[in-house]
Amino acid sequence: MRGASRSKITQNLDKRVCMTNCPTLIVTVGLPARGKTYISKKLTRYLNWIDVPTKEFNVGQYRRECVKIYKSFEFFRPDNEEGLKIRKQCALAALNDVRQFLTDEGGQVAVFDATNTTRERRDTIIRFAEQNGFKVFFVESVCEDPDVIAENIVQVKLGSPDYTHCNTEEAVADFMKRIKCYENSYQPLDEELDRDLSFIKIIDVGRRYLVNRVQDHIQSRIVYYLMNIHITPRSIYLCRHGESDLNIKGRIGGDSGLSARGKKYAETLGQFIQSQNIHELKVWTSQMKRTIQTAEAVGVPYEQWKALNEIDAGVCEELMYEEIQQRYPLEFALRDQDKYRYRYPKGESYEDLVQRLEPVIMELERQENVLVICHQAVMRCLLAYFLDKTAEELPYLKCPLHTVLKLTPVAYGCKVESIDLKVEAVNTHRDRPTNVNVHRTTEDALQTVPSHL
Amino acid sequence: MSLIENNTEQCGNSLTRELTQNPLKKIWVPSSRNGLPDRHISQKKVCMTNCPTLIVTVGLPARGKTYISKKLTRYLNWIDVPTKEFNVGQYRRECVKIYKSFEFFRPDNEEGLKIRKQCALAALNDVRQFLTDEGGQVAVFDATNTTRERRDTIIRFAEQNGFKVFFVESVCEDPDVIAENIVQVKLGSPDYTHCNTEEAVADFMKRIKCYENSYQPLDEELDRDLSFIKIIDVGRRYLVNRVQDHIQSRIVYYLMNIHITPRSIYLCRHGESDLNIKGRIGGDSGLSARGKKYAETLGQFIQSQNIHELKVWTSQMKRTIQTAEAVGVPYEQWKALNEIDAGVCEELMYEEIQQRYPLEFALRDQDKYRYRYPKGESYEDLVQRLEPVIMELERQENVLVICHQAVMRCLLAYFLDKTAEELPYLKCPLHTVLKLTPVAYGCKVESIDLKVEAVNTHRDRPTNVDVSRLAEEALLTVPDHH
Repeated sequence: MRGASRSKITQNLDKRVCMTNCPTLIVTVGLPARGKTYISKKLTRYLNWIDVPTKEFNVGQYRRECVKIYKSFEFFRPDNEEGLKIRKQCALAALNDVRQFLTDEGGQVAVFDATNTTRERRDTIIRFAEQNGFKVFFVESVCEDPDVIAENIVQVKLGSPDYTHCNTEEAVADFMKRIKCYENSYQPLDEELDRDLSFIKIIDVGRRYLVNRVQDHIQSRIVYYLMNIHITPRSIYLCRHGESDLNIKGRIGGDSGLSARGKKYAETLGQFIQSQNIHELKVWTSQMKRTIQTAEAVGVPYEQWKALNEIDAGVCEELMYEEIQQRYPLEFALRDQDKYRYRYPKGESYEDLVQRLEPVIMELERQENVLVICHQAVMRCLLAYFLDKTAEELPYLKCPLHTVLKLTPVAYGCKVESIDLKVEAVNTHRDRPTNVNVHRTTEDALQTVPSHL
Repeated sequence: MSLIENNTEQCGNSLTRELTQNPLKKIWVPSSRNGLPDRHISQKKVCMTNCPTLIVTVGLPARGKTYISKKLTRYLNWIDVPTKEFNVGQYRRECVKIYKSFEFFRPDNEEGLKIRKQCALAALNDVRQFLTDEGGQVAVFDATNTTRERRDTIIRFAEQNGFKVFFVESVCEDPDVIAENIVQVKLGSPDYTHCNTEEAVADFMKRIKCYENSYQPLDEELDRDLSFIKIIDVGRRYLVNRVQDHIQSRIVYYLMNIHITPRSIYLCRHGESDLNIKGRIGGDSGLSARGKKYAETLGQFIQSQNIHELKVWTSQMKRTIQTAEAVGVPYEQWKALNEIDAGVCEELMYEEIQQRYPLEFALRDQDKYRYRYPKGESYEDLVQRLEPVIMELERQENVLVICHQAVMRCLLAYFLDKTAEELPYLKCPLHTVLKLTPVAYGCKVESIDLKVEAVNTHRDRPTNVDVSRLAEEALLTVPDHH
């Protein structure tokens, strides 16, 4: 998560595995409209979610800040000296910020997002990395499918700041000429000539991959991730189980069944799903009774995942917040101080949850239409992944009972539709109270506890 | 592992279907009309595949096909995907009792070709039986399969039977690698028991030559519709084409993480803990005096071994960390290495478990691998949690893993290819280090007793596992403690 990692000064003895000794510079390669920025942003989001501090540096952004108004593709002509000079300056400015992020700001991975289509440019970057002690990993996207490129242009180029002043036809025509400017000098990564470099070449949006010299764990994880993502349109539906008996009593955790209203929700959810006519929907639940009961009503085959079980509250399982404050006031305060990292005694933290959920996210990336029926903390973690939320925001994301969130990938992000199925339920959301000090009064601690029976 | 079928037409209103919790695995399943749990409910984390998968190796002799086949089979079985390998060379040895020379493999040897084709078909027949009748999910067809013609035969066979096909090709021209390969696995082969080393190597090189002329490697263009991974130069480079599903994705990830660099993995438990002495399970106690002595001795042992760039991993429990501290090398803590969560039985003695939860205690003895403690975990859960540890162990070289009894059993079962039945009863005593060194197709194990006294924590399966058994029968095999 952004903000979740410690500075590199302290020895990270509590990390599950030392991701990398020296920082990694990921360098994209490819003609325009080959998905480099899509890949950069997605990879950055994933790495931050699994607690590897990552940042992307899009050279196009730097160019837009330098050349305030984009006129036409002529800027990118290979014989445009002025253009070449500016573009080189922008690349160097971006690399400078990369160095600052990786060396001074505790960054672990930087994604240098640009065409980088010539061997000469790539050599410059490699020398820069060597000087600074960074490992380099190239991610090239090669695609000649005109439909994919056209769709790409529609999704992300038409809305670009470069084309706000154009209509669709003008924008497309200009962009196609822009691509042409790069084609003649494009030197794709080569099995032979580049055999000593570490890279993955993604061909035809994942139809085929060439992987060369994976150096370490983080590169292996990056390759695995890139090989599992796809761009087939689909939606992911996230919701919690129906209201449970323990929910009504204001108790956390446990393995109780649905209340009457929870059962009503399950029925309504089933009707909603039927009405949506979702193509080949997969349904996933946890192994806790309340999610399975909910799935039963949807009437489709479902798969149970232990990894989707609610956060283990350890000694606080089945307690009310009032009881936690009474029995463990110190723990309660520590939790409010850092809800993401706080681990319940004999239980788990949100940080642990993210690690446990990583295979779920990986499989969600592989799948198409999926409905995930889970729990409050689990849903917050999954949502944080899709919506790129920080470790600070994640534990306070609003995931009310009886509400379905429909997530649809669009452009570089995710569209969210919130569907309230209009079945009453208790509120289980506890905001961070103002006073998180260990000496606070009981009233201060319980200020934000939602009402219950 | 087939996808579950929730037959909602079985009952009028799906909501009236009650859920019951399977007593062994603590899985909630809908009960059918007679109140008993439905049989085919999926508790698996993900439906690996709907139809079985046939993995087909491709490559010249001595390219590591059998090494890959066996390792992959071991890994898949460990993560609970029923897998079996079918080595055509084995079939040939059963057919042609005595191997004379490379001449058998000459491309103009009609008799030889006929026998080899028959063997391949016999193996495919057994593949069909395993995948269709015996509940197998993945079959690894291990042979050279170097011609497009042979591969087309296999593809047709798979199509007829509803199997997915995934090719694993190993391409290597490094003479050192091939020579080392021959030394490691060919010299000891039944084919060469009657030869000396030079004769065997000379014959084998000629055998390779027999295949070279007709070898048609998988091709990016010609084979663009097939699903495959081409491993080049022992993992320097990979070409991956058309990964179809989850299991193929996992296979690719696994193959891209393994290596053949010589190294050793050291497995041991934490030093004896205070709870160990009291005969209590679980918890998070510190080391006893003897446990501290062990940690010191372990530190000396590790120093004496002069292990190149050793990594040390521990769990996040106090007793393993205390142990690592004495070794004096930087270590990494993994939550995934924590001991099995005994849920409501945490910190109890076996006698207390028998007293308070006699039914649970009996169920555990009936199926120790799948049994899940109430509010706790099963060995089956442990394996799932340890999979990323295994993957990282495959990537690493020399590693010392300081962990716990159940965890060590799971890791050991992976390296030594133990079944689910054997796993929970593997002997992993305190104060003993197991040094695992990959050799040929398996793993050499050296057991190093560091000669520091400790309690025995190993409880064998008692004779009587019936729920109606007496307390004495249940506690028959409990090891001594204070």
